[in-house]
Amino acid sequence: MPDQKALIDYTIHLADNGLILGHRNSEWTGHGPVLEQDIAISNIALDLIGQARNFYQYAASLVNGGEGEKELRVESGVGKKEHTGVTGETKQPGEATEDTLAYLRDAWDYKNCLLVEQTRGDWAKTTLRQFFFSAYQFYAFEHLQHSRNRQLAAIGEKSYKEAAYHLRWSGEWVIRLGDGTTESHDRMEQALDGLWKFTGELLQPAPYEQELAKAGIAVDLAIIRPQWNEKVTEVLQEAGLSVPAESWMQTGGKTGRHTEELGYLLAEMQFLQRTYPGCEW
Amino acid sequence: MDILEEVMDPEVPVLSVIDLGIIREVKETQEGVEVVITPTYSGCPAMDVIRMNIRMALLQHGYASVKIKTVLSPAWTTDWMTEKGKQKLKAFGIAPPTPVQQVCHQEMFHSVEAIPCPRCNSFHTTRISEFGSTACKALYRCEDCREPFDHFKCH
Repeated sequence: MPDQKALIDYTIHLADNGLILGHRNSEWTGHGPVLEQDIAISNIALDLIGQARNFYQYAASLVNGGEGEKELRVESGVGKKEHTGVTGETKQPGEATEDTLAYLRDAWDYKNCLLVEQTRGDWAKTTLRQFFFSAYQFYAFEHLQHSRNRQLAAIGEKSYKEAAYHLRWSGEWVIRLGDGTTESHDRMEQALDGLWKFTGELLQPAPYEQELAKAGIAVDLAIIRPQWNEKVTEVLQEAGLSVPAESWMQTGGKTGRHTEELGYLLAEMQFLQRTYPGCEW
Repeated sequence: MDILEEVMDPEVPVLSVIDLGIIREVKETQEGVEVVITPTYSGCPAMDVIRMNIRMALLQHGYASVKIKTVLSPAWTTDWMTEKGKQKLKAFGIAPPTPVQQVCHQEMFHSVEAIPCPRCNSFHTTRISEFGSTACKALYRCEDCREPFDHFKCH
């Protein structure tokens, strides 16, 4: 029986990836290059934050000592008791909820990959980052559906189809800009230079992932690495971009060592709950 | 079930929660009633409102206790939408999902499905954007009658 701590860490890692990238993408809301794409990136942000909520709710039940495996059905708290917290979750004092996990942890507690916390940059950087991440999510969720943990499998099954849309949309943008004008091509090249060193971490397992992969719970990243490489190579080539050679990769996010960008993001995202604890509207 | 027919999707107000296919199970218990639902998209902001509306409708019809459970697996698909629901969508000006359930497999990434215009039925249409005004829709334009329209995506 694998360690409960590893299961909590892994679930929070999956949640943090979705929340942080969802937040980054939401920075485009009202600022997209054209209305349709403003809506598209905001929809992707919504999907990612929705997935994160499912993972956080499960993580909270584990933190509170729930049995996990039997928690396939998530109780809806709305109207059941008096509710507190931002999303109307029922909460006993000191109990973890999706809200406490999102709003009351510090940067070193976050376990998201470094890729997702990088600034949104221009449209080339945003779409290329989304493409790298969606390719990872698409293959990861395809496998997570078969996890021996039933709740993670259910969230994986639900999220898989959404990741497929994101992968198609972002891949099309990488091709459109890479194979577009000199300006758009140059911007894609710059984005590729800046982001490539953060892609290795997506497929390099943290200790908790290794432990859970052995138990058939976490996705075995060694299996999806060739799939990810093949997809990325195919799209970059079609976009007329040079596929970077194997090189040194920056890691650390999965175990809480982040780039400075995450601190600024959390400062903005958590401000209200930190300043006015428990406030709702 | 009749009561739930009157609970509408707040974002596509012609569809009831039954038409949408998100009601998994309704159980009458000694204390009241239990409804099991499944979300359309993970991040669909209408789900909280739908949960509340289901609760309100059942309480108004005299159920003392209403329990709503959310399940994720098996994942919702547009195949669960009722035929009546699809007709209502079309009449409302939204192209309904096509019957064959399609998960975007790798090979399909570059094939684009022809969606008939809900107004003039022409297949001569173009996808403007993968994502529409809500998570469940995409934006299209009819090249014959020139009308833009929403398509409820296959999912």
